[in-house]
Amino acid sequence: MTTPALSLKNLSKSFGPAKIINDVTLDIAKGERHAIIGPNGAGKSTLFNLISGLYVPTSGTVSLNGTLISGVPPHEINRMGLSRSFQVSNIFANMTVRENVRCGVLHSLGQGYSFWKNIGTQKDVNAKTFEVMEHCGLLDKANTPAALLPYADQRSLEIAITIAGGADVILLDEPTAGMSHSETDRAVDLIARATEGKTLVIVEHDMGVIFNLADRISVLVYGEIIASAPPSEIRGDPKVREAYLGDEALPEEVV
Amino acid sequence: METIVFALLNGVIYGLLLFMLSSGLTLIFSMMGVLNFAHASFYMLGAYFAFTISGSSSFWIALFIAPVLVGLVGAVVERYGLRKVHANGHVAELLFTFGLAYLIEEVVKIVYGKTSVDYRIPDLLDFPAFTIYGASFPAYRIFMLFVAIGMLVGLWVLLKKTRAGLIIQAALTHPHMVGHLGHNVPLIFMTVFGIGCALAGLAGVIGGNIFVTDPAMAVQMGPIVFVVVVVGGIGSLEGAFLASLLIGLLQNFAVGISASFGEIFGFLGLSTTSELGSITISSLAPMLPFLLLVLMLIFRPRGLMGEQEL
Amino acid sequence: MSNATTTIESLQPSSAAKFRQRTLPILIFAAVIFAIPMTDPSRTMYSLMHQIGINIVFALSYNMILGKAGLLSFGHAVYFGLGGYFCMHVLGWIEDGVGPFGNYPVFFLPLLGFGGGALAGAVIGWPSCRKAGTTFAMISLGVAELIAAAGFMFDSLFGGEEGISGDRMNGPEMFGLSLGPIDEVYWFIAFWTVVGVIGMFAFTRTPLGKLSEATRDNPQRVQFIGYNPQQVRYLVFIIAGGFAGMAGGMAAVNYEIFTPESLSLIPSGFVLIMAYVGGITYFAGPIMGAILLTYMQSMMSDFTEAWLLYLGLMFVAIVMYAPRGIAGIVFGFVDGIRGGNAGAYFTAWIIRLVGCLLMLLGAIVLIEMSVRWSNGYGEVFEPFGLHLGHTNVLTWILIIVPLVAGGYILRRASREEEEGAA
Repeated sequence: MTTPALSLKNLSKSFGPAKIINDVTLDIAKGERHAIIGPNGAGKSTLFNLISGLYVPTSGTVSLNGTLISGVPPHEINRMGLSRSFQVSNIFANMTVRENVRCGVLHSLGQGYSFWKNIGTQKDVNAKTFEVMEHCGLLDKANTPAALLPYADQRSLEIAITIAGGADVILLDEPTAGMSHSETDRAVDLIARATEGKTLVIVEHDMGVIFNLADRISVLVYGEIIASAPPSEIRGDPKVREAYLGDEALPEEVV
Repeated sequence: METIVFALLNGVIYGLLLFMLSSGLTLIFSMMGVLNFAHASFYMLGAYFAFTISGSSSFWIALFIAPVLVGLVGAVVERYGLRKVHANGHVAELLFTFGLAYLIEEVVKIVYGKTSVDYRIPDLLDFPAFTIYGASFPAYRIFMLFVAIGMLVGLWVLLKKTRAGLIIQAALTHPHMVGHLGHNVPLIFMTVFGIGCALAGLAGVIGGNIFVTDPAMAVQMGPIVFVVVVVGGIGSLEGAFLASLLIGLLQNFAVGISASFGEIFGFLGLSTTSELGSITISSLAPMLPFLLLVLMLIFRPRGLMGEQEL
Repeated sequence: MSNATTTIESLQPSSAAKFRQRTLPILIFAAVIFAIPMTDPSRTMYSLMHQIGINIVFALSYNMILGKAGLLSFGHAVYFGLGGYFCMHVLGWIEDGVGPFGNYPVFFLPLLGFGGGALAGAVIGWPSCRKAGTTFAMISLGVAELIAAAGFMFDSLFGGEEGISGDRMNGPEMFGLSLGPIDEVYWFIAFWTVVGVIGMFAFTRTPLGKLSEATRDNPQRVQFIGYNPQQVRYLVFIIAGGFAGMAGGMAAVNYEIFTPESLSLIPSGFVLIMAYVGGITYFAGPIMGAILLTYMQSMMSDFTEAWLLYLGLMFVAIVMYAPRGIAGIVFGFVDGIRGGNAGAYFTAWIIRLVGCLLMLLGAIVLIEMSVRWSNGYGEVFEPFGLHLGHTNVLTWILIIVPLVAGGYILRRASREEEEGAA
């Protein structure tokens, strides 16, 4: 059996007496598109913070491509090929779109902390920045300051920065939250293209998005995974229906 | 022996004076996120106001009026200055109070002159309280001790026993939540800032006449108060209290030790005539708080009682 | 989405724009510096220029950490002072012809100052750069106090109260400059000012320079693009310390003396004010601040005793009403005039200016009258033949009327602007 891209083993996280994540075990294979759903407050964002290194687990482990990464600082996890986005736009507000994306590509092109190179004349940096912006449909806004972007474009920029470094494992935290229908459709299209051939883990409330994108779905309720299966099975699962009752209805049909 | 007793007493008194300043600074900082750079300037204002008031009436009236006046000045500064800068973030607020410290010092220089003023201990308390081992201890210092303890009790009652204190405590730990409870947050901020400044003013009233009341007193005291807040742990009143006493004792004991490095470390071959060897512990006293700060940052970044790491 | 004409090149500033925005200002700056000696300045003028040059480099180095990395320091003079002190010692070694620097040309002393400042930054920055914001500010203050106190304690390193003095006319000459006469020192200062300005501007264009801005805006996100924000801050801090030390080296050669005062909180506060008043969001801001405040410092301190009060008032006014500093006002004015409706913009601007000048008039009368009254020598403020004592009714009219009128005008102007925006 090949090593999974991401492997969580008996992962738990407590804040004081409150146990937010409780004994989560989950393997995500290379190239899989995995969605995590669950009611509000189930611990989805905490799970992302544990995987990406923002929090250190109370117990249990996280492995990336077979390497143990729990306890490793976030910037090093990022360098090992895991990149994430945030639920609220987490961009460099005083920079232009181009500068934002350029910061995202720097490390993957071996720029390090160098202060002897002119950033404007690095051909590979500029080419990669252009490619990522083109990919995310941000070319026409390249020189707009990020703080002045419309909301949907800020979300696209969030994704652009996340994929810019070329990581193999991408974690997206509610990428379409707060978007209109047409914006959501475009975002789904962008995510599908941007993560082609990569491992994707996505937290999402919009079931249409999930059933469109995901190969497999895990349902997180009160910090525990109650089901983990392909979309068709999840829809029929009585436990899942129970957990979701009164929260959000599962769509009867995939759009 | 009397050195130890006196250093102990003086250290505790100086420490309590420091706590009068640092408690206000901690309250303001924890609630508003504002590191009030001008805090020691309010201490200076307290001393000068007391000088003026006790000149025209008596020290006892100044003891009550001067802190209130300083508190009012603080409230006005918060209402018409800080609140405006608030939108631009904490660094802007810090810069505002930095400029304010500058302004207060210059205004004091114009109004009271550039040299120290003759602010004296009241005659009523100008006698030795007791004599041990042939040395006498001034009664005024004992009075300072009582005022400081009185303030400590007052602050404790305010925080633990009154409704306003409960709100302040809640705001200390959950600054964003208090607004949701329907309380007028700007008013709370203004009050806390005023009270913090009044405490600093009180320290000025009782400290100004035993030390020197001159335009440089704010610059001398300010950095030490910051050290207290960091060493105690940001946002912790208990920590500020411990750190105040610690620094008060440390400085007062160090002043009493006239031994030099050469005498202490002579066994390592350090000569008392060499530059390093001739430095005495007492001459290091003014540096000790800052040395403590640096050591604290390296070995225990969250301070004595702080919840979070710096 | 993207159209066929969009290319990598078209997104970057055109070479004409680059020339206009980057090369041209530096060329003009250099041209002015070259032209100044042709006006045959006086000795006083020369020493003012030298101080401005030193302060430009110092203020820019401060803005590397405050404006670009978001670190507010109350102890930046430490690096200026330590770099300068190192250069003073080297001056001594050059005079005696001993040590590894015994034959070092004085002209290149600022390079050693850079090294000294950067080394100090590397040592002190390590425990300081973990967090930004208020924590960093407090630590910088404590460290500065510690170093300043040590400066008065170790006489062999810092020379005690009198400091260390030296002689710049030793060692090998460079470019035929003996550095004796003041006009030769001018070329030395001019050279290093230009080097400093170009060097620090170039830094903003490097990957680390961009990362430092990214860390200022959003340290958390920086972690998730593969960089350690602490390390970014630390490296920027070292380089800023280096440029401050370079300014210290310039000062060492210019003044030939350094005292422990130069490490203290006073110059640290002054550099903060220079950079902030000039405008920390613009590269040119600290340059403007350095020129204006150095000029004010040397001219106004002759003219009025209360110049520090004016400085404080100006600083607080900038913090409260113009947080982007003088550069923000200047560039904002230029943009406003260029944008549509220049006439209306200009009128609004003039109204504000009148309001400010009126308030300034009231403040000046109040301050100058008070200063003279406070001195108690019986002197009276007598501008334009007026006799403005504190018992004169006219004095109080001249204080209250302009203050109230100016305040009213400014209030109305800002209210109208709010309504216009809404």
